[in-house]
Amino acid sequence: MAKIMMCGNEVIGEAAVHAGCTFYAGYPITPQNELTQYMASRMTESGGTFIQAESELAAINSVFGAAAAGARAMTSSSSPGISLKQEGISYLAACQLPAVIVNMMRGGPGLGNIAPSQADYFQATRGGGHGDYRTIVLAPSAVEEAWHLTHLAFDLADEYRNPVLILGDGILGQMMEPIEVVRKHLHGKIANHDMRHKPWALTGCKGRKPNVIRSLYLGEGELEELNRLLQMKYDRVKSKEVRFESLYTEDSDLVVVAYGTTSRIVRSAISKARQERLHVGMLRPVTLWPFPEAELQKLAKRAKAFLVVEMSAGQMVDDVKLSVLGKKPIHFYGRAGGGIPTEEAILDIIRDILRAKSRNKVRV
Amino acid sequence: MKKIFERPKSLRDVPTHYCAGCGHSLAHRLICEVIDELGIREDVIAVCPVGCAVIAYEYWDFDCSEAAHGRTPCVATGIKRIHPDKIVFSYQGDGDLAAIGTAEIIHTANRGENITVIFINNGVYGMTNGQMAPTTMIGQRTSTTPLGRDITRDGYPLKITELLAQLPGSRYVERVSVDTPANVIKAKAAIKKAFKNQIDKKGFSLVEVLSPCPTYWGLSPKDACMRISGEMTKEYPLGVIKDT
Repeated sequence: MAKIMMCGNEVIGEAAVHAGCTFYAGYPITPQNELTQYMASRMTESGGTFIQAESELAAINSVFGAAAAGARAMTSSSSPGISLKQEGISYLAACQLPAVIVNMMRGGPGLGNIAPSQADYFQATRGGGHGDYRTIVLAPSAVEEAWHLTHLAFDLADEYRNPVLILGDGILGQMMEPIEVVRKHLHGKIANHDMRHKPWALTGCKGRKPNVIRSLYLGEGELEELNRLLQMKYDRVKSKEVRFESLYTEDSDLVVVAYGTTSRIVRSAISKARQERLHVGMLRPVTLWPFPEAELQKLAKRAKAFLVVEMSAGQMVDDVKLSVLGKKPIHFYGRAGGGIPTEEAILDIIRDILRAKSRNKVRV
Repeated sequence: MKKIFERPKSLRDVPTHYCAGCGHSLAHRLICEVIDELGIREDVIAVCPVGCAVIAYEYWDFDCSEAAHGRTPCVATGIKRIHPDKIVFSYQGDGDLAAIGTAEIIHTANRGENITVIFINNGVYGMTNGQMAPTTMIGQRTSTTPLGRDITRDGYPLKITELLAQLPGSRYVERVSVDTPANVIKAKAAIKKAFKNQIDKKGFSLVEVLSPCPTYWGLSPKDACMRISGEMTKEYPLGVIKDT
């Protein structure tokens, strides 16, 4: 075992190679460029395909082709670029193709800025593109976790034949942290992902009937049936793939809900609050979809209140509300447009809520 | 008795949905004949377009993928890069290739992607009720050019194939037509060459097929074919545009 310093973007790239990704297509956009650049060299040296596409549309649609051909394929971008990829993500979901899409979120809306943000939560967890579909969304909070969740992303994509999003932000992408992995895993050969387990893939119809990858269903009731099957699949994902981390929730009067890098600032604030003997804990969703609803419902039985902290104007709040179902008050603190919540600000709000000085303006 | 004419094996024995006199049926058949003759049916992977030929996979008896409108060459690229030894072709109409997918076809050609593109040009959007395409002729009436295509309002017919021929990445580019039996034979030869180029790993090949749309040209199938030879080939001359 060795500890190696790498930034989040590079770690996701290396983990993808290690997970058997043989196809990457991307288009430059800050703050995820290190990932595209990393894949340019790693795909080349490991015998995979790297394409610097002419647009995000081209990138996601060539990933569609590679996925249809049976490969483990990935693309990455940041917020405005992910908006452009939504067309392709909807098609991937409809055609039930596995692919991994990384979004290192930046401030929006529009061109916004290149500061970290979490304002694409709605887009990631609600679909983003057209139609009734879902994508599994994994939200790493640290560089080492990004390594593990990238592997998981490819496995879940293949298992459910569904696009999987890795939702990070500019901090995670740019930040260097030591990761502890077996050194031989780094910069080594591509893992040989076996395509034989994808009998639906387009490989030429030798010895079998032709395969067709499509999402067009014109016959009466055919598309409704596809949608029914998709919803059944999403129900399976919801029942089996919820992941979260709890911190001090067993004795918390206040549970802070935060994900990704924001959860690390919350963690520091909680550690200080605990020194002040404040009974505060944290629930960190690792999967944003499926969302840890059941866990929140459980916590709502004993906690007195919830606080959602996000780098957005309050998007995950909706999921927390849907989980808590009005049983307990929910407060929100967020910074939008690239602002980063400070430990002090979070600590102040924790103190206010727990010492019953909560101001109405933060209660939602 | 010796059988001298039969349905290509790659073409399924099912009725198509195409209008009477539409060129898609002919183009489908030519592709299938070529695939049979080259013995590559089990190695072919096609990318079908959005538009009238959207369910080409119902007629072709080999592996096929759908693609979002205009992204057809990107999907073909992804498949080809994963299976470089398979024969990958995209089948695209003028809306797909010359409008919404202009960027994609230019960059795919410019990368010299070793795929075959069959480009069906009937100068109109057939699937969506006959709107103007980039390739619509000057003065041509369509549902969105009710008084005829006007260059001051609508710009000029886009000679996308000539444009693609300019790119160093494109290897072989030819324009053919399916308006007469003689031209059908030439069209087949061009399609065959475009597939052989891919087998020989020569790079990007594209065959533009001028194709009748009697329904949205408001002509009989016969008059639609005559319009191609009389009017359309003046704007879009037939022949090899590039072969290197």
